[in-house]
Amino acid sequence: MSASYLTVDRTVWSWINTRDHKRIGVMFFVLNGLALLLGGLFALAMRTELLTPRSLFMSSMTYNRLFTLHGVIMVWLFMIPSIPSAFGNFMLPLMIGARDVAFPRLNLASLYIYLVGAVVTIVGLVVGATDTGWTFYVPYSAKDATAVLPVLFGVFIIGWSTILTGLNFIVTVHKMRAKNLRWMQMPLFVWTIYGTSIIQVLATPVLAMTLLLLGVDHWFDWGIFDPMRGGDPVLYQHLFWFYSHPAVYIMILPAMGVISECVSTFSRKNSLSYEAIVWATVGIALVGFLSWGHHMFTAGISVFDAGAFGLMSMFVAIFSAIKVFTWTGTLYRGSISLKTPLLYVFAFLFLFVFGGMTGVAVATTSLDLHWQDTYFVVAHFHFIMVGGTLTAYLAAVHYWFPKVTGRMYPERLGLLSASGVFFGFLLTFVPQFLLGNLGMPRRYHNYPAAFQPLHVLSTAGAYVLGSALFLTLGYLLWSLRYGEVAGANPWRSACFEWRTTSPPPPHNFEGTPPFERGAYDYTREALERERARALESDAALAPEPEAGHV
Amino acid sequence: MSEGGTKLEAHFESMERQADAARFGMWVFLASEALLFGALFTLYACYREKWPHAFEVGVAKNDALLGTTNTLLLITSSFLVVLGIDRYRRGDALVAARLVASTAAIGLLFLLIKSHEYAMHFSEGIFPGGHGAYFADAPAGSAVFFTLYFTMTGLHAIHVTVGMGVLVYSAIQVRRRRMSLHGLEIAALYWHLVDCIWIFLWPLYYLARGS
Repeated sequence: MSASYLTVDRTVWSWINTRDHKRIGVMFFVLNGLALLLGGLFALAMRTELLTPRSLFMSSMTYNRLFTLHGVIMVWLFMIPSIPSAFGNFMLPLMIGARDVAFPRLNLASLYIYLVGAVVTIVGLVVGATDTGWTFYVPYSAKDATAVLPVLFGVFIIGWSTILTGLNFIVTVHKMRAKNLRWMQMPLFVWTIYGTSIIQVLATPVLAMTLLLLGVDHWFDWGIFDPMRGGDPVLYQHLFWFYSHPAVYIMILPAMGVISECVSTFSRKNSLSYEAIVWATVGIALVGFLSWGHHMFTAGISVFDAGAFGLMSMFVAIFSAIKVFTWTGTLYRGSISLKTPLLYVFAFLFLFVFGGMTGVAVATTSLDLHWQDTYFVVAHFHFIMVGGTLTAYLAAVHYWFPKVTGRMYPERLGLLSASGVFFGFLLTFVPQFLLGNLGMPRRYHNYPAAFQPLHVLSTAGAYVLGSALFLTLGYLLWSLRYGEVAGANPWRSACFEWRTTSPPPPHNFEGTPPFERGAYDYTREALERERARALESDAALAPEPEAGHV
Repeated sequence: MSEGGTKLEAHFESMERQADAARFGMWVFLASEALLFGALFTLYACYREKWPHAFEVGVAKNDALLGTTNTLLLITSSFLVVLGIDRYRRGDALVAARLVASTAAIGLLFLLIKSHEYAMHFSEGIFPGGHGAYFADAPAGSAVFFTLYFTMTGLHAIHVTVGMGVLVYSAIQVRRRRMSLHGLEIAALYWHLVDCIWIFLWPLYYLARGS
């Protein structure tokens, strides 16, 4: 057996200077993970402060900085690059039978650009004591005494990293697919990464430009959004959300891809409708560009605009519902094996539907006027971002852990921590819906005493959630060394990335990628053909068929 | 097989596919660049809608002759680089390199004219951000117009500079026959983008002065 991508060269330099998409993916994963850890600790600090109606251990200024730190790190450093840059990088070429992404050097460059951007952002946040929140709204961000500039610059740099990654993935999907692998045969995760990449390439430059204008404004006092000079601050919001709303789909689409993969693998069934999932993915990517205005219902846009943006937002809900029904339809009468990734899928389905429904609610203009800038909105987007993306991210971590490391994680602990994440999450954010509906505004660190019980519940939930995540971190680190050896395909998945050894060899496949059988083909005939082929070539890669599971 | 010094990289199955991927990658990048400027064009549209008079006065303040000269220069330069590609395809590296280098030289001429215009504005007391004597009795909204003008033409000038760097590098490599044909094509594509953006800036800042 030849060396895997991990063992082919063990020097540190071989990692720093690698062109291998798998190593780059792993390094992205580690950096993203650090960002998640940091952002999570800030969240815990905030929740702790909110235990009491008055100041517990920090000033309101410190609190402002904390929610800025939490927001900026979670959104820009963790959520946006997490699944695409880490798992997308690792899985995409494997899933289309390519030896690498189209531009390996560019890929490495985007890793380092991300690293530089992340360092600049974090140092800027800490040294500059930025307190604008993650949205940097003008005029406050232009006039603010605290230094916004380094943070803007950092986010700007990270933006270029995302653009380059997206560009690389688009070209890879178009030009690097294995022979005879047609578009409608690609694994669903590839489709979502592709949709995400398009958003990244087309929306991120608008953000980059907007942040640049803000920076120039701050530096040279150009005042392009300054009403005193004829500018319009609301235009900043339009430009900002033109990127930052599609960015929500940068975060959620790959998550949906992970869910599609896990649903098929753990129910041993072809997706109920491959086409439905694909077109819903494309639909979300497109409509996502046209719904940014729903962040601005109270910013003085016209009734017509608000109505139009509200309607477009509801289209997203339709596409998402198509996916949810397809997933549940796939699970129905499937041969379910309840492993940790699937438990996370269940958590995702529940939380995402809940978050989606409240999304339709806040997309309704009349209701949104009541909930704007309250904890209701905070709870809503955490249901999508944490309940949706983070659970899918954790599903991906567990699902692909054996693929990446060649080892298994302890299943019982996985199930335990998945349950902890789910219930901790509910306990954290359901009270926030209630608080928001009662009128608790976001970004305040003091509140009337009557709100305290709900805040205490929420904080307790945050600690449960935090402990579950620390437990996960602990056993994953342990498994790196002591986990059971996984074998090529521990889930007996039909998807393409499992048709090579785990961890894969440096160039992914020995010889031509064995893609004759479809990525979701679990029929008896396919399994038998596979077995015959495996006997012939005595490849250790083929999944062992099991007649009872068809 | 190698083409003009570029080797087939291990992860591609053929040189043709590698060239194809590189070209396509450039197109995707150009789409991204278009959106970068798109944000500014959006601002222009919104602010012009808000301050029609100030924009007309502002456009009239710019020298249409210089702007038009610059347009002709850029179009000519784009033509030259295309000729350069054609010569290189026919194997005439020396002429190709000269054509590419003269494209870059025209870029320099463009920048000289542009900076002359900037100097004229500065001498009239027109600075970005509504700073300067001019704005004391200019119509409301003039500050935004000129800030946008400096931002958009400035960002464009940065792109011209980058493009020139790319072209100079390409000319040297072409001369040594160390650049692939598609490499030169990609460099030219970028230059065409620079050209295209100016084609839009030209009417918006030099011609649309109203009735």
